[in-house]
Parts: sequence; C-alpha cells; structure tokens
Amino acid sequence: MSDKISDILICFCPDCVSRGAGKIKELFQTSLIKHNLSNDVNIIETGCMGTCDLGPVLTIYPEGYVYIKIKPEDVEELVTEHFLNNRPVSRLMLPDTFGKSLIKKIDIPFHRKQMKVIMENCGVIDPGNIEEYFATGGYETLAKILLEKSPEELIETLKRSGLRDREGGGFPSWQKWQYVLEAQDDPKYIIVNAEEGDPGVFISRALLESDPHRILEGMITAAFAIGAVQGYIYCRNEYPLAIIRIKRAVEQAREYGMIGENIFNSGFSFDVEIRRGAGSFVAGEETAVISVIEGLRGEPISKPEFPATSGLWKKPTLIHNVETIANLTTIFSKGASWFSSLGTNSSKGTKIFALSGAIRNQGLIEVPFGITLRELVYDFGGGMKPGKNFLAVQLGGPSGGCFTSQHFDIKIDYEFLQEQGITLGSGGVIVLDDSSCLVDLARYFLEFTVTESCGKCLPCRVGLRKMLEILNRITNGEGELEDLNRLESLGSKIKALSLCNFG
Amino acid sequence: MADNQQFDNILYRKLGKVIEEKKGLKNPLIEILHSAQKIFGFLPEEVLNYISEKLDLPLSKLYGVITFYSKFSCQPHGKYLINICTGTSCYFGGSQQLIGRLEKELGIKLGETTANGLFTLSSLRCLGVCSQSPALVINNDTYGCVDSIEKIREIISRYKL
Repeated sequence: MSDKISDILICFCPDCVSRGAGKIKELFQTSLIKHNLSNDVNIIETGCMGTCDLGPVLTIYPEGYVYIKIKPEDVEELVTEHFLNNRPVSRLMLPDTFGKSLIKKIDIPFHRKQMKVIMENCGVIDPGNIEEYFATGGYETLAKILLEKSPEELIETLKRSGLRDREGGGFPSWQKWQYVLEAQDDPKYIIVNAEEGDPGVFISRALLESDPHRILEGMITAAFAIGAVQGYIYCRNEYPLAIIRIKRAVEQAREYGMIGENIFNSGFSFDVEIRRGAGSFVAGEETAVISVIEGLRGEPISKPEFPATSGLWKKPTLIHNVETIANLTTIFSKGASWFSSLGTNSSKGTKIFALSGAIRNQGLIEVPFGITLRELVYDFGGGMKPGKNFLAVQLGGPSGGCFTSQHFDIKIDYEFLQEQGITLGSGGVIVLDDSSCLVDLARYFLEFTVTESCGKCLPCRVGLRKMLEILNRITNGEGELEDLNRLESLGSKIKALSLCNFG
Repeated sequence: MADNQQFDNILYRKLGKVIEEKKGLKNPLIEILHSAQKIFGFLPEEVLNYISEKLDLPLSKLYGVITFYSKFSCQPHGKYLINICTGTSCYFGGSQQLIGRLEKELGIKLGETTANGLFTLSSLRCLGVCSQSPALVINNDTYGCVDSIEKIREIISRYKL
C-alpha cells in the first residue's frame, strides 16, 4: 500500500499476464496521466490473487472492490467512473449472486470461505518490494528468533505445532530438523525445492512469485535451527517469473542484511543461491533434487543414506518444499498451539489446493486440513461447468488417486490418504467430467511416469513401459481379463523394487 | 563466411565470460548449459567441446546431463519454439487435439521444424497455468484456452520471419 489515495492492485501472475494484464497496466498508466490522477492513484503489481479463471483481475483499495476479466476497452471507463465520478462499475464485477451489485473481495465466496494463512500476502503486496513485506511484519519473527531462541527451542516448537511436510506422505518436519541438527558433519545445507512433482499443480510457483520474502524468512529460520551455512532454492525452468522474483528478493534481503555475514548481529551467517532446473519432474523427489543441484543427471540416490546425514555433496542437508517453508514464520510468530488448533488430529494447519478441470472456479485455495471433496468441488470450485457431469476427482497427481462421489464427505487429511494407500502429492485437485475416461487417466499418468522416469532403476524404467503397453491395449479395446492381474502384479513389484516414489 | 566467423567469435566470448563468472560456484554445469543454449539457440558439438575444455569435464559427462533434461537440445530449432503443455489439466482440456491441429496447420509433426525455419513444434509438462487448458507457450509468450482453429491461426499469425 502507498500514501496515495487509491491503490490499483493488478494481478501479475503468468496466468493473468497471458490474459493481457500487462497491456491493462499500461493503459491504466496512460489514462491516469491523461486525467491528471497519477499522483492520487498508485498501480501495484501483485502476485496471484487465486481466482485464475477470472483474469485479468484488479482489486482497488481502499474500498476493496474486485474487477474481473478486464479488457483493454474497459480501462477508460474504470478510470473515469471509479476514480473521477466515484461510481464503481458493477458491470465489471462478479455477477450478483447474493443481492449485491458491488462486490468486494470479502464478498466473494471463493475468498470468504478460505483461511489464508500462508497465502495472506498473495495478491495483496508487491512481491518486488521488500518494504511491503516489512509493512506486514516481515522479518520481525526472524530477528526475534536469531537474537533470543536456541535451535532446540525452535525444534520443540515445531514439534508441538505438528507441521508435516506439504508433499508426499507428510513426513513430520521437526524430525528432519532434529536429524540434521544431530548430524556430526560440517558444513550443513538447506534446499528449498520448488519442483511441484506433479503436473497440474502450481503452488510453489504462486508462493515464490507472490510472496518471495516469506519463503526466504522461513528458509533462514530453518537454516539457523539446523546450523546450515548455505542454502539453495531449486526452481523449475518453466517458471521464469518465479525465478526473477526470488532472485530479486535474495538481492534485497542481502542489501538489508538478512542474508550474509552476522545477520542482525546474532553471529549467524547464511547465504542463498538459486538453481534452475532443465525440465525434469523427478526432481520433486528429495534425493534427485540433490543430484540436480550438483549439476548431475537428476537421479535419486539409494537409501538408507538419508539427506539428513548424507545429502548435498554428502553433507547433512535439510530439504523442504516451498509450501512447507512458507508455514514456518507463521508458526513461530503465532505459536505452536495456535497452529495445531487448525486441521485434524493427524494433520495440522492449512493446505493449499490447486483446483482445475471441469469446474467453474479454478485457481488456488487455502483451507484447514479436514476439508471434504464436496466442499472442494462445490463450495470452492463452484460446481461443474454448465453441461458437464461429475465423474471423479483426481487428487495428488501420479502418486495420488481418484475419488468418486461416494467419497464426497470424507475429510481429507494425511491419515485418510494413507489408509487409501495414496499420497497427497503437492495438492492438485483435478475434477473430471463424464466425457473423460478413468482408464485413459491411468494411461496418461503412466505415460507421464514413463517419459519422466530417470531410468536408474530397471523395474521403473522397463516395468512402467510394459504397464503402459498393456493399458494402451485396453484403451484400444483389445484388453483381456488376464491384463488386470498382470497390471496388479507389475505395479506392486515396481513399487517395491524402485528407489523413489516415482516407481 | 567471414561474417559468420566473426559472429561466432562474439558468441564464444560471451560464453567464455559466463563460464568465468560461474566457475567459482559449486558444480555450475547446468547453469552454464542454460546460458550456452540461450546464447547459441541450441548446444552444437563445438560448443560442448568448448565447455568441456573450460570446465575440465569429460564430454561424456556433458552428454549424460544434456540427454537427461528435456530443456537441452543438441539440434537447432526454429525462430519460434512452440511448446504445448501436456500437464494433467491440459491433457483433459484438449492438448492432444491442440497438437493435432497445430501439426495440420503447420504441416509438421511434433519435434519437427517448418521448412522456412520459423516454427518448431514441441511439448512440455505443465506450464502451471492449469486454469487455461489447453495452453501453449511460444518462446516466452504464454497463451491459454487455445481451443479452436481460429485461435490457433490468430496466434500463429503474430509470428513472422
């Protein structure tokens, strides 16, 4: 926010940009100058506002009105009506659903029903400006921690909070910290992994683009707790904007002394480097991301050598994905008991889901664990697109599973998913309509794993290809009953004999 | 020919500078390959020889890394690289149909380059704009909801030799 009278927050995520947000911003600038308003109205580029299918999206403060699907020809009308004549333009807002014609951000059910904890700044602050992050209380928690807390105290707090890694099966985060802290080797490293690991999810991207300093603050906190001197942020090459924003954030943090020698005069020193990927999904796997940063083929390393004892360059390494790291500052500022009051018994806190597919509302939502599929599809997704009938929800990407309407009311958490034998992946929710075929979906994910498999383990490299051949036969209508047994037997063997979860 | 030689020299000097800058980092190979591909457009054999010498790494190691990652290419591609997203949402949003339409429109198959060197057709896994399936990216410009032949033609017409 600025000291000007009004702020136009314009969503500058790749989704809105590809829908023309850049042009809209330019037009606003020209029009504001023309009407002599550029001293009163500020234009701020923000990260993802979450309502991806409504772009380009604007929020105008102080009122908080949300304008959607803005076209170049709408800009002049918005400037003259909204700012000069003080008449908000209801035609460019969400259609009236509850007796209101002027829609503010808090009125939109998609936003109102969410609980934005780690996404609180997404679409609200300018991610390119560290001072906006300061204004939200940014880096205060870090300062307190570095000057007043010990690593043991931090691990204790994290343990009580119940935070589990926001990927795969949800390993307890504090345990990783404990292992790395106890490891008797130097130096120690921390890796923040922005590879989503499943196609159809863009959570890491949105967090890095929208609130990069939150990721840095969490990362420095974790580094302090485990005694790491150097950190790496691994980002997919397909996310150029995220790379630009996080690089800029690192530079700013270095300028202000949050990265470098003797941070806040605490005696703790830490540095961060950004490493790009080159198109490989297997890097979502912990040990594979180590190989990528080491400049090698992104192949997983055989366990039981855990990264916590022998990770990057064979040194103790803590690896979290972006969403896990984004939780840290909130936990240490609001406290473990506040955090553990959210969610379910087995899964504390909130989770971001990426909604897409045959539903009306697509985008990112953040809700406490324990949400039901019905809420995901209908309350947030807004129900099926006109003319589409519900078939299933695909949850968790290739290592996840499909649910039909019989599972609509089960609360989603790590425990439930474990019972089902699947993982949450990174939180992708893809709603399929009845024009899709579930066997085809399985075939798609198999084809994905076949092409993305790093090829190190024979069962994964060859076995998945055999399974794909069988499924291709089935989708061509040439399947035989025995194929089902073959698939099951291959599947369980591949899973047992491969190094990482990809197999 | 002399002009070409001179142009090449400039590119090699550029790459040499990048290597000097990044040599100090731990294992900078992937970062350097990214820069080399950006400078030359692809990774020709001579460039790989050059990198291998400068970094004192065997060529086999370079090839091992290059062939693993889909982003690196040893073949030149057209002026504009069209990448069609085949992430889950796009797959169910019609990316296969989009590929078929583009192949027909451009008269080439996936992985090929048009005769005039303008377009190369390729695919990748997930651009992260899942609300706009099917999506594609041309060099650095992302386009969503490319669900009709008219839209394809309109987008293609923006790119010229």
